[in-house]
Amino acid sequence: MTPTLAQAAAEVGIDWGWVFGHVDEMWERTVEHVTLTGVAVVVGFILAVALSLVAIRWRATYKPITWFTGVLYTIPSLGLFAFMVPFTGLTLLTAEIGLILYTLLILVRNIVAGIDGVPANVVEAARGMGYQSRELLWRIEVPLAMPVIIAGVRIATVTTIGLVTVTSLIGQGGYGVFIERGISRRFLTEILVGTVLSVSLAVLFDFLLVRVGRWVAPWTRKTAV
Amino acid sequence: MISLVDVTKVFPGMDHPAVDGLSLDIAAGEFVVLVGPSGCGKTTTLKMINRIIEPSSGEIWVDGVAATETPAFELRRGIGYVIQQIGLFPHRTIAENIGTVPELLGWDRPRIAERIEDLVVRVGLDPAMLGRYPSELSGGQQQRVGVARALAADPPVLLLDEPFGAVDPIVRFQLQEEFLRLQEELSKTVVFVTHDIDEALRMGDRIAILNVGGILEQFDTPENILSGPASEFVADFIGGERGLKRLGLRTVGSVDLTRGPVVDVRSDVETARDAMAQYGTEWVALLDGDRLLGWVWGEDLDGQLTDLEPHSFWVELDPESTLRKALNAVVMTRSRVAVVVEDGIYRGMLGLETIAGEVDQ
Ligand SMILES: Nc1ncnc2c1ncn2[C@@H]1O[C@H](COP(=O)(O)OP(=O)(O)OP(=O)(O)O)[C@@H](O)[C@H]1O
Ligand SMILES: [Mg+2]
Repeated sequence: MTPTLAQAAAEVGIDWGWVFGHVDEMWERTVEHVTLTGVAVVVGFILAVALSLVAIRWRATYKPITWFTGVLYTIPSLGLFAFMVPFTGLTLLTAEIGLILYTLLILVRNIVAGIDGVPANVVEAARGMGYQSRELLWRIEVPLAMPVIIAGVRIATVTTIGLVTVTSLIGQGGYGVFIERGISRRFLTEILVGTVLSVSLAVLFDFLLVRVGRWVAPWTRKTAV
Repeated sequence: MISLVDVTKVFPGMDHPAVDGLSLDIAAGEFVVLVGPSGCGKTTTLKMINRIIEPSSGEIWVDGVAATETPAFELRRGIGYVIQQIGLFPHRTIAENIGTVPELLGWDRPRIAERIEDLVVRVGLDPAMLGRYPSELSGGQQQRVGVARALAADPPVLLLDEPFGAVDPIVRFQLQEEFLRLQEELSKTVVFVTHDIDEALRMGDRIAILNVGGILEQFDTPENILSGPASEFVADFIGGERGLKRLGLRTVGSVDLTRGPVVDVRSDVETARDAMAQYGTEWVALLDGDRLLGWVWGEDLDGQLTDLEPHSFWVELDPESTLRKALNAVVMTRSRVAVVVEDGIYRGMLGLETIAGEVDQ
């Protein structure tokens, strides 16, 4: 009879020796994890801005765009990677494409909702004072949408950090390597290390993005929302 | 300065027009008020002037140029605009809000800063507020910022849509007074929207009264509208107390004042009695040179006038006061007259008959 993970945990406990022996690898995996996440969120954000501009300019495209990104979002991550491997192989590209696609729905929705949430009277006042469409978008609507946009970036980042633990399966590193190896060796400490690091990274980025949000929207700082 | 020629606006999907065949001629420096019940097309009319809404038919001329000849954004930069809900930019400080149009016009920073400082004082705001965000201001303060922002690039034309709508009556009155004072200095061409007829009567050189469906009922001076409402609708709209409202438009200085039963305090009792007899009063007012000392009852006249202790008049008016205020004074004082004093010098008095006579005219 093979021991269950719980039994293994009870028997083995946490192997601190292993933990201290792998600090270097943890740092390496952190760099991988952050890079995978960062590239996905940054590229996803750029694509989402482009899609949102299309959706804002041509309203009729908004529904198809959110429908499409929504469908992508519902595909299980393992399934998506498995589906793409025959085309793009066990590569960084495969990992990033998957991760990027998952950010799109959240980012597009928040960007468009942020712009739509700008009070109509503010937009009208701006137009009445002689703002042209482009100035209006970049100097009034986008700044005012920032809190909602940053909220979208926070969710997308935290989600991606979780998803990156899966990309180890296609050989792209990150904390997923600890979890995957830990499971195959039934070594609880390693699984825990991978999980705790991933959660900590998510919490850290969430915190940092809250700070960024306050910094780009200083007017919200002074009013209790 | 602004001409609307047979302007009609039918919104898509509406079976009757929001504005129907409206023609208005507004002279440079004139203060025109658009007034009427909710939904009568006031805002629509205003927005057609700066092309936020394009008319379905008709022409609009601003400063001798057809509005459609100028690119909309350029036209708008030359027209100060306060929208119905103020619409300050929440993400910009008060200073940045006020500096919006100068910035769009590419003024340099020192010039914008100077302009902002000047305006803040003019509209009665504390310069300490310049660094704050709009959400940190009271409703009345926000409205002042809205007006300052509209004035910033010194546009010849101002469009104001219920600029004092969101404040309590006391602050509203104060803002009205201040704006009138400002307008006296600036002489802008103003189109001012309100649904408050009293505000319209107080502020406007001329008033355009609109009916639902955007139909112009009357376009005339407050005085003429009150004395000769063009239709049942107008009469209803201006409401009761028309006489009182007219009195609110006239100043005491515009009326021929009577001298009244007034004698110098150094005269003798006989002179005082003569004055009372002449005016048929039971009291007489005492003057020391040009200064009004007060009044005394005829039955108290005895010996020297200088020995008497005159009662002071409860209300003294200056020539700028309205006849409405004078009427109030007449009703409130025992002597049944309003006395008019300018810079401490007695000018005369007016009684109920004089005031009533002004309403009749
Ligand atoms: N964008 C629009 N689309 C369709 N109908 C509109 C639009 N704007 C205004 N209307 C209609 O046109 C009519 C006039 O509206 P407008 O806003 O000019 O009224 P108003 O006199 O300013 O009223 P209020 O005193 O309530 O501000 C109303 O019946 C309104 O429903
Ligand atoms: Mg309106």
